[in-house]
Amino acid sequence: MSTRNPILFNDIPAESGLRRALEMHPLDIVAEVRASGLKGRGGAGFPTAMKWQLAAAAEGATKYVVCNADEGEPGTFKDRVLLSDFADLVFEGMTIASLAIGATGGIVYLRGEYTYLVAHLESVLARRRQANLLGNDILGRKDWNFDIVIHLGSGAYVCGEETALIESLEGHRGEPRNRPPFPVNTGYMGRPTIVNNVETLCLAARVLARGATWFRQYGTHASTGSKLFSVSGDCAKPGVYELPMGITIADLLVEVGGLGAKAVQVGGASGHCVPSRLFDRTLAFEDAPTGGSIIIFGQQRDMLAVARNFMEFFVDESCGQCTPCRYGNSVLLDGIERLEKGTCSIRHLNELKALGETMELASKCGLGQSAPKAFLSIIEHFHDEVLGREPPHFAA
Amino acid sequence: MLPAQQARLAADIAELADHHGRCRSALLPILQGIQRDHHQISDFAMQEVARQLDIHPVEVYGVVTFYSFLNTGREGRMVVRLCRTISCDMQHKDRIARQLENDLGIKFGDTTSDGRFTLQWAHCLGMCDQGPALLVNDQVFTRVNCEQVHEILENCRKTFTASGHVLTTGHGHGTAKEAFAR
Amino acid sequence: MAFLKPISPNTSTTRAPQSQRRNEPEAIGPGTMVSVTIDGATTEVPYATTILDAAKKLNIKIPTLCHHPDLCVAGVCRICVVEIEGMRNLQASCAYPLTQPLKVNTHSRTVRQARRHVLDLMLANHYGQCTTCWRNGNCELQQLAEEYGVDMTRFGSVVTPKHEIDRSSYSVVRDMNKCIGCRRCVRTCIDLQEVGALEATRRGAETLISTFQDKPLGDVVCIACGQCINRCPTGALMANDPTDDVWAAIDDPKKHVVIQTAPSPRAAIGECFGQPPGTALTFELNTALRYCGFDKIFDTNFTADLTIIEEGTELLMRLHRALVGGDTTAAVPQFTSCSPGWVKYLEHFYPEMIPHMSTAKSPQQMFGTIIKTYYAKVHNIDPADIVTVALMPCSAKKFECNRPEMAASGYKDVDFGLTTREMAAMIKEAGVDLPNVPPSEFDSPFGTATGSGVVFGATGGVMEAALRTVIELVTGEKVETLFENANIMPVRGFDGVRYAELKIPKVGPVPPILQHLFKDFEWLNGVTLKVGVAHGTANAKRVIEDIKAGGKFSECHFIEFMACPGGCLGGGGQPIPTSPEIRAARAKAIYAEDMGYDIRKSHENPDVLRIYEEFLTDGPCGHKSHELLHTSYTVRGRFIL
Ligand SMILES: Cc1cc2nc3c(=O)[nH]c(=O)nc-3n(C[C@H](O)[C@H](O)[C@H](O)COP(=O)(O)O)c2cc1C
Ligand code: SF4
Ligand code: SF4
Ligand code: SF4
Ligand code: SF4
Ligand code: FES
Ligand code: FES
Repeated sequence: MSTRNPILFNDIPAESGLRRALEMHPLDIVAEVRASGLKGRGGAGFPTAMKWQLAAAAEGATKYVVCNADEGEPGTFKDRVLLSDFADLVFEGMTIASLAIGATGGIVYLRGEYTYLVAHLESVLARRRQANLLGNDILGRKDWNFDIVIHLGSGAYVCGEETALIESLEGHRGEPRNRPPFPVNTGYMGRPTIVNNVETLCLAARVLARGATWFRQYGTHASTGSKLFSVSGDCAKPGVYELPMGITIADLLVEVGGLGAKAVQVGGASGHCVPSRLFDRTLAFEDAPTGGSIIIFGQQRDMLAVARNFMEFFVDESCGQCTPCRYGNSVLLDGIERLEKGTCSIRHLNELKALGETMELASKCGLGQSAPKAFLSIIEHFHDEVLGREPPHFAA
Repeated sequence: MLPAQQARLAADIAELADHHGRCRSALLPILQGIQRDHHQISDFAMQEVARQLDIHPVEVYGVVTFYSFLNTGREGRMVVRLCRTISCDMQHKDRIARQLENDLGIKFGDTTSDGRFTLQWAHCLGMCDQGPALLVNDQVFTRVNCEQVHEILENCRKTFTASGHVLTTGHGHGTAKEAFAR
Repeated sequence: MAFLKPISPNTSTTRAPQSQRRNEPEAIGPGTMVSVTIDGATTEVPYATTILDAAKKLNIKIPTLCHHPDLCVAGVCRICVVEIEGMRNLQASCAYPLTQPLKVNTHSRTVRQARRHVLDLMLANHYGQCTTCWRNGNCELQQLAEEYGVDMTRFGSVVTPKHEIDRSSYSVVRDMNKCIGCRRCVRTCIDLQEVGALEATRRGAETLISTFQDKPLGDVVCIACGQCINRCPTGALMANDPTDDVWAAIDDPKKHVVIQTAPSPRAAIGECFGQPPGTALTFELNTALRYCGFDKIFDTNFTADLTIIEEGTELLMRLHRALVGGDTTAAVPQFTSCSPGWVKYLEHFYPEMIPHMSTAKSPQQMFGTIIKTYYAKVHNIDPADIVTVALMPCSAKKFECNRPEMAASGYKDVDFGLTTREMAAMIKEAGVDLPNVPPSEFDSPFGTATGSGVVFGATGGVMEAALRTVIELVTGEKVETLFENANIMPVRGFDGVRYAELKIPKVGPVPPILQHLFKDFEWLNGVTLKVGVAHGTANAKRVIEDIKAGGKFSECHFIEFMACPGGCLGGGGQPIPTSPEIRAARAKAIYAEDMGYDIRKSHENPDVLRIYEEFLTDGPCGHKSHELLHTSYTVRGRFIL
């Protein structure tokens, strides 16, 4: 049994998941997904079945399935691959979800950077409508009406956060909402809405196609199935890899030709930086979770420059709504500048660490809550490298 | 803006609103349409959109300033966006940046005097395995090296059609297949 | 028509983005209770009550900044975070609804650290010195800094101001260097007022509360209501303060400085001197003003009575044209015109409705005109040497007195509008302990006022005053026979939109004051008078939209509109803070003052009657009154140049 490409990049007949779902009661679809142990691949790892079940139980004739294709996390590009080469699978997953929760509307929130995918996606949608895989009485199942539209983003990372995404869909600034209540109750237009990552929806289609038991044979107990890893940085073979959940970082590095790395950023800008001595950590929700981004840093890399690049990203991409994130990121960036110049006292650094903790705990959404992580982990693991620097000498 | 231009812009906006609807959720698609066709969401355009959707102009302004692909100031007909995020950074995006500045004769954030090109920074474009990456309007270019900068810009000038749109290829240059490591 | 349900000003509208509000989780049926334990104390609260409200019930104080009782929840400042047992992240107590039993800690280590950090971050981006700030001593940020023992700026401070102070508006000055981004002003302007002058713009560290295209406030559609000032926790927003000019006029021996005081400031100014809301200091204020050096102190109620006569007469004339003449251009319903914020709102948003607006000037402006004409003549003072000052609860009054239309006397009718807050500052500067000075009377010849003038301060008050007069003039009967104590309860209250009907049971002979206009009132016999009241321009909008749609308000005869929630007593120049409770207390003081007057109806005011005998001799709505006491309006529209 190959552990490469076991589920998504596997040759499984098209629409087999949808056809099986067609025969099932919505509750059984949810039950199948639950049995598979599938957890969201967008980063947070929320159990997919629970989300679907809550939305299914929510009252209302109008419900929505939203496919989160905002893929903005630095170092992530697996959703792009799925959308360009497995668009049918994505839509199949959305259609199954619609049956499970009783939704009539589907929306793909596609990041503006991927506008070039629209023509392709539209043609796939048109073909599916023609084949009655979308539209009214889908595949002859009475009163199963569901269609999908594509909505483009306009260049805002925070719109990947599900409530900001909904705000953006509704024509507002992409500012995350207060929660609770959650989108499963009060989502797009105040209706029950599930927001799922592209990969999650694809995996759900596979679960339906081959069954929960088949799915569970990959991965670990708490992180079932496979995961797409978007690998970039200092390695011989960057790209998208489908590997079982729970693989160690070291094994992944072997796979991608990244041996001898100094550190790996797991989970993109909002993830952790893992130094080489911890490469036996596993990529799984229970250990080092990732939405798929794996960025490899070779020995020559300056980790402070890495921290700076990430911090600049957050200063720019924060929605600016809540105090800890709006101002906190700038303060951390200022701290990095001080470290670069070798003018940061340990007292100030400790203050920054505490501020990082506050941001993690008190920010309104996941962006602010994870913004300090890269900085904090780099400070923790590479303090010898970042402290007491000589100020850079500028050419006159 | 001349009254005739205003009238044309207003007609375009009305058409967009007819197409996308006159509700708040149509705001972004309408603004995207204006940005695509007019390379700017002007003072007048924002107020006209607000009028069509019955919202306040300042709300439109708040939205336009929030999203980095929407702009109140005039942009070139082609917007070059170079990725500045970590993976491209490690793949020498700085050199591409300098080359772009040299070949266009402008700095980041500026527009060429002929109104053709605007140069901007972008965050991760989802092409990290094929960096450095850049977007020209909707088209993505990957594994860009300094020599190619000139070529890409020249090609853009050529593919630039009379309607003002850049022809898009549908897929990125580095196709997804290529990205698979099987 | 669901939207005609009374919208009270503390209910948000559908305008604000969802991120700026807490969605009410569907209530699990009325009466469902949830238990919550906060800092060890347990209580039961209705389902979906916020942790903040539950804590209040337990007398546990949680600091807040972006929360405001009049506004929908934002959850953006994060100063109110608390720790919930079993949750890793801290939660904003103002936004967290209790839907299951929870254990909450409001001052754990991480909570205290987070609050300190939130404050530190705000202060690190705040440019302003408390000693030179108008909110010194009344600033929520300052107070929290004190409570949380902020003794240094750990994350730096702003050395040079980033933003220029915007003084373009006659009414509101914006200093964004002091803004903490709580967005209360945004929610006020969009939700409560539906004007939409302010919004958050840009994102990330660049986020800035701004106007359309960052234009000066004076150039965009702002109705000058000042409601945003009242809800700003810091000194970022303030009224355009003319006190220096007023002092200069007082100090100038050549100038005869006259001040009129409106009822609402008198019911609220005590709050600036530590008195509880609802302490009326009308006659103490007279003493204090004399001490400050004002030459004459008059009661705006006098011209409020005059307004009622003029506006009521105008109403009867319109009704006559419409009911008898069948004149479709009579523009019924007539709208009240005494709230300048409302006037500006109509001019911007519904200029086509301007014909409905009563042409009567507001009491403030009538007073200015009377002073510079009648009073100047009687007292033989050159009007050029008279400076008229108006103490108003309102920031839009500053705009109003600067309207070019307002110079019928040949001079600026009113030279300076002072807010309650500015007056309090002047009195403090003069060293007067307002609550403890002996009371004294207003000056003649406008010394007599009536209760009708007083109730102008509360929403529904103009309507009540007008009805008292119109009913008596038309029926010849005492209004008390219809309404106990002449209190017309149907138009009182705080519902955002109110509607009332009164049948005119009989008509009497035309009283002398109106005989130049009507031969009889038979045409009103049996007519059901339909009236409406709306306060807060969001509610005004609802009524106007209903009229345009041909709803029940289109059949009204007379509608009172006030720009500010609660009416003038909640005006943009009133003491800060404001809340529904505070406004209710002020209203109580106003209605109590009304009850204390011997004369409670405008048309019984002998000084008003005398002015018609001596000066406005061609009677209400006559030629002279038209020239001096009525005005015209400007079509402004929404387009921002
Ligand atoms: C700042 C931020 C950005 C996010 N961006 C994305 C994204 O680009 N794509 C995505 O699928 N999920 C993203 N998420 C996670 C979503 O909020 C949400 O959890 C996810 O779409 C749920 O789908 P899943 O359960 O299938 O993972 C982001 C979250 C945060 C806080
Ligand atoms: S944490 Fe950052 S992105 Fe999230 S709501 Fe707060 S400011 Fe916006
Ligand atoms: S706004 Fe408040 S904290 Fe700031 S200077 Fe004024 S009083 Fe001080
Ligand atoms: S004064 Fe009134 S209209 Fe003007 S910005 Fe403030 S709240 Fe809005
Ligand atoms: S101006 Fe005042 S009310 Fe408005 S956001 Fe700033 S601090 Fe808050
Ligand atoms: S880092 Fe440049 S495309 Fe992802
Ligand atoms: S008061 Fe709760 S977040 Fe501001």
